[in-house]
Amino acid sequence: MMQLPTTYHYKVVRQFTVMTVIWGIVGMLVGVIIAAQLVWPELNVNEYLSYGRLRPLHTNAVIFAFGGCALFATSYFVVQRTSHAPLFAPRLAAFTFWGWQLVIVLAAVTLPMGMTEAKEYAELEWPIDILITLVWVSYAVVFFGTIAKRTVSHIYVANWFYGAFILAVALLHLVNNAAIPVSLFPMKSYSAYAGVQDAMVQWWYGHNAVGFFLTAGFLGMMYYFVPKQAERPIYSYRLSVVHFWALIFTYMWAGPHHLHYTALPDWTQSIGMVFSLILLAPSWGGMINGIMTLSGAWHKLRDDPILKFLITSLSFYGMSTFEGPMMSIKTVNALSHYTDWTIGHVHSGALGWVAMISIGSIYYLLPRLYGKAQMHSMKAVETHFWIATIGIVLYIASMWIAGVMQGLMWRATNPDGTLTYSFVESVKATYPFWTIRLLGGMLFLTGMLIMAWNMFKTIAGGQAIDAPVLKAAIAHQAN
Amino acid sequence: MDILYLLIPLSLLLVFVIAAIFWWSLKSGQFDDLEGPGYRLLMDDDDQSAGNQYSKDNSNDSEEG
Repeated sequence: MMQLPTTYHYKVVRQFTVMTVIWGIVGMLVGVIIAAQLVWPELNVNEYLSYGRLRPLHTNAVIFAFGGCALFATSYFVVQRTSHAPLFAPRLAAFTFWGWQLVIVLAAVTLPMGMTEAKEYAELEWPIDILITLVWVSYAVVFFGTIAKRTVSHIYVANWFYGAFILAVALLHLVNNAAIPVSLFPMKSYSAYAGVQDAMVQWWYGHNAVGFFLTAGFLGMMYYFVPKQAERPIYSYRLSVVHFWALIFTYMWAGPHHLHYTALPDWTQSIGMVFSLILLAPSWGGMINGIMTLSGAWHKLRDDPILKFLITSLSFYGMSTFEGPMMSIKTVNALSHYTDWTIGHVHSGALGWVAMISIGSIYYLLPRLYGKAQMHSMKAVETHFWIATIGIVLYIASMWIAGVMQGLMWRATNPDGTLTYSFVESVKATYPFWTIRLLGGMLFLTGMLIMAWNMFKTIAGGQAIDAPVLKAAIAHQAN
Repeated sequence: MDILYLLIPLSLLLVFVIAAIFWWSLKSGQFDDLEGPGYRLLMDDDDQSAGNQYSKDNSNDSEEG
């Protein structure tokens, strides 16, 4: 029968994809600005643009605007393609796009104005939290609705990761943001928890946000785009299933490692440390599974810059999921806590893993969303890769050195028991490394600008198309 | 540490929910074939560029397991 084929809903994927690049530039630009403020404190020109207000804007923009849009875009694409069904409730999907953009704009307005719940990665005040909840419930309806109307029986592993990410973030958001509102303008509320209880909830949220937003979601991306770009099946599908269940069964209790040597009971800290160490196993299982997908096809790395992004991101995932459990060990943490080592670790994960897997996935997506065989300039993709990689290496190496140096200076004592260095001496000694970090950040931002140019050229040379829904391959259906 | 009376039961509840979902997926045959899905992903041709007009029509019967 020849009738007009039903098509996948690519429009919302296109919207989120383009905004990923835009918000990436915005968020990383704010990051470069605050990095410059550390080198030149006089750049804190007024209270609205001061370091304390711009830093949460940077973290929110890169995690929820850049990372969030990348997750929306790729999950909407992957769930449709692997379910062989168009999106469930496409109008609701459109609402998630506009609602999410509104959340981001509200964040960009309220955070510089100083309206904050003062919870890390959950700074946004209560009216915005309610909007996030509405968007997130809609997201879950669209995603799981699409799974429900799939025309194949098997649910591909990437969807399990995306699904866990959506459900976990919903739970974390609701529990951590429980607050008593006191006014709408200025937006103000008080947390439902107090003191160390509040700190425990905050880091239960905070680390699970890392685990489910910044890890599980992006692993979903990895399990789709790495095999597709490499044109090889995932190294071990069996391992990917084990990886998923191991990760979600063990993740939830790593949070207390953010509160070592605080008022949190000692045994709770130790539990956090033990669970963090356990996480090394599933994390490395997934990392090896992703990288070994190239087994027998390593030559593809030589001339495919998109694959370079994807595989390098897995290397950084491996590095930061080794570094993280090590830093959660109390004796190591005694040196690393409150130093720039933590900042380096976070960016090894954020730039190396999250940003690079997103960038690689978007380079895969863009031509397919605009009816092109490939990006406008593959040379620019290659250039982007090298600039970004050099930027990350400068960033994390300088922060490692700065962090260990700070930790050693802070703990150094004279024979009579007095401190060898005053705090400000450690600040002074850190300046060269903050300057190198600024350079690394600027390089990474430059890469994003190249990507934006390449994206607009690709869009200008192509046209938006919605691919027809394909019947699933029959080969394995009977099994 | 009253908060643990919320967070620990919440974790236990979650473990049971996760276990239930795992049980369902096991019983419903999600893991009966742990090789095929990896290959099937690659059979889904998403290339819509002008130079690839026909490949998508053939993609359903040209592959083997």
